[in-house]
Amino acid sequence: MSGPNLTAGAPAFSQSEMMIVAAARELAGQRVCFVGVGLPNIAVNLARLTSSPDLELVYESGAFGARPARLPLSIGDPTIVTGATAAVPMLDLFSYYLQGGLVDVGFLGAAQIDRFGNINSTVIGDYERPKTRLPGSGGACEIAINARQVFVIMRQSRRSFVEKIDFRTSPGNLGGAEAAARIRREQGWLGSGPSVVVTDLGTYHFDSTGEMRLDSIHPGVTLGQVRETMGWEPRLAEPLTVTPEPTAEELRLIREELDPDGAYTK
Amino acid sequence: MSKVAAMREAIAEIVRDGDCVAIEGFTHLISFAAGHEIIRQRKRDLVLARLTPDLIYDQMVAAGVARKLVFSWLGNPGVGGLNAIRRSVESAAVPLELEEYSHFGMVGRYTAGASNMPFFPLRSYFETDLPKVNPLIRPIRSPYGNETVYAVPPLKPDVTIVHAQRSDADGNTQMWGLVGCQKEAAFAAERVIVVVEELVSEDVIRADPNRTIIPGLIVDAVVVEPFGAHPSYVQGSYDRDNRFYLDWDPISRDPAATEAWLDEWVYGLSGRAEYRERLGPERVARLRPARPAMSGAVDYGVYE
Repeated sequence: MSGPNLTAGAPAFSQSEMMIVAAARELAGQRVCFVGVGLPNIAVNLARLTSSPDLELVYESGAFGARPARLPLSIGDPTIVTGATAAVPMLDLFSYYLQGGLVDVGFLGAAQIDRFGNINSTVIGDYERPKTRLPGSGGACEIAINARQVFVIMRQSRRSFVEKIDFRTSPGNLGGAEAAARIRREQGWLGSGPSVVVTDLGTYHFDSTGEMRLDSIHPGVTLGQVRETMGWEPRLAEPLTVTPEPTAEELRLIREELDPDGAYTK
Repeated sequence: MSKVAAMREAIAEIVRDGDCVAIEGFTHLISFAAGHEIIRQRKRDLVLARLTPDLIYDQMVAAGVARKLVFSWLGNPGVGGLNAIRRSVESAAVPLELEEYSHFGMVGRYTAGASNMPFFPLRSYFETDLPKVNPLIRPIRSPYGNETVYAVPPLKPDVTIVHAQRSDADGNTQMWGLVGCQKEAAFAAERVIVVVEELVSEDVIRADPNRTIIPGLIVDAVVVEPFGAHPSYVQGSYDRDNRFYLDWDPISRDPAATEAWLDEWVYGLSGRAEYRERLGPERVARLRPARPAMSGAVDYGVYE
């Protein structure tokens, strides 16, 4: 599934590495990023070391302006405090920084997503008698509502890219852009919802109807693979571009500095 | 007045069967020592509240102390799931009861509890399925406009337990690093136990009043328990023991292995001192920071 991609003259890389690199590049030009659990952690830290040196990392555990000296083990780690701009109570973080509208990008992972970017991270199956009990919201519900934009990074499969999610933990574009924009406006939300989804196969943005559109396919991936791993017929950008390959430096940072044990990339 | 007590007597006197207990600390400063003592004393029917149940509640649920979990993120951070809790939710004859919020919802619940308010308002939950599965999350109309926000009810634990870097004998408690929602959880609680790495004199506290998160006014017992937060971490003192977080995954997948672990590391030990001995000096030394990172001193001035 994530075998190395071999192109003459270019460094070999895995689909996971391509996903992390593509996600990091999407952060170019952003200022304040709320770092979610899991894959966002490595993508955001790669962005800080490459395209976005001025990115302010916000962790829901209470660190603002984190400058981690190693890749944090999770979203709570002493390395995100040492050298940070501020270590604040979670009440401050969620009230003033997030709900107050200071977060430009909320970067989330997800277990399931639908075509409108609504996210499930709570249960697979029935809530009361779940097939699989997932971790639940954490801060994802409020990040999806309050961050100015939401970026998602996740591996795509028939189980994760579904026509209908089993539980809506975090609202995306609901049933379409028009209704979502109206609700967000009427309710005074500062967030405008999902704008980017990066997977191991490609990068999606959202079109004017609020539906995900494949804009860029990762090198070596076929449209057949994309279609086989999602529960609906994807909209495609015209022209569909091919994601530029990871550079040698991006790969070196992932392999030698950020994830030498391969926790995120194996 | 000194409130210093041994862990055994503090838990015996302050934690009662059926209590709502919050051992707070967001990845940081988690009082595993208190959790293990609760297991050792075979407390029963507890309602365990915590944003992230973490390994400590997985161990407590495995040991049978809990009937209900109030939480917002159920996982082994950076590793995977909490298998004992998952088992008791997915397949136990009497499933563990769950009451689920988001992080901000839980923080808001403690805040309402601490400030004697009937609810905490927040923008979360709109157009999500969380209010459908937790009827305590309710929409309210703004009295000043057309916006709808959601309310969560106050959470007032019978007992809140927090671990900290230091306190004095009266329980004036200072912590640094990630402070999570320990302040809110402590002020919300009926009874408070603080567990500290180091007992200091009142002068040390008074020299830096901005760092006091919890005043002795609301503290019932002070337990001095160095290394009491292992395998979680204490800023400036020791790192998360990630090896244990990884090891717990296969242990907790197997009920017999979980039972054997509890026998060896909890029931079989008298307390934290023996636990630390059993870990061994090498493992403890490996968790120390590479070098210190001192904060600069600030000048409060003397005004006469």
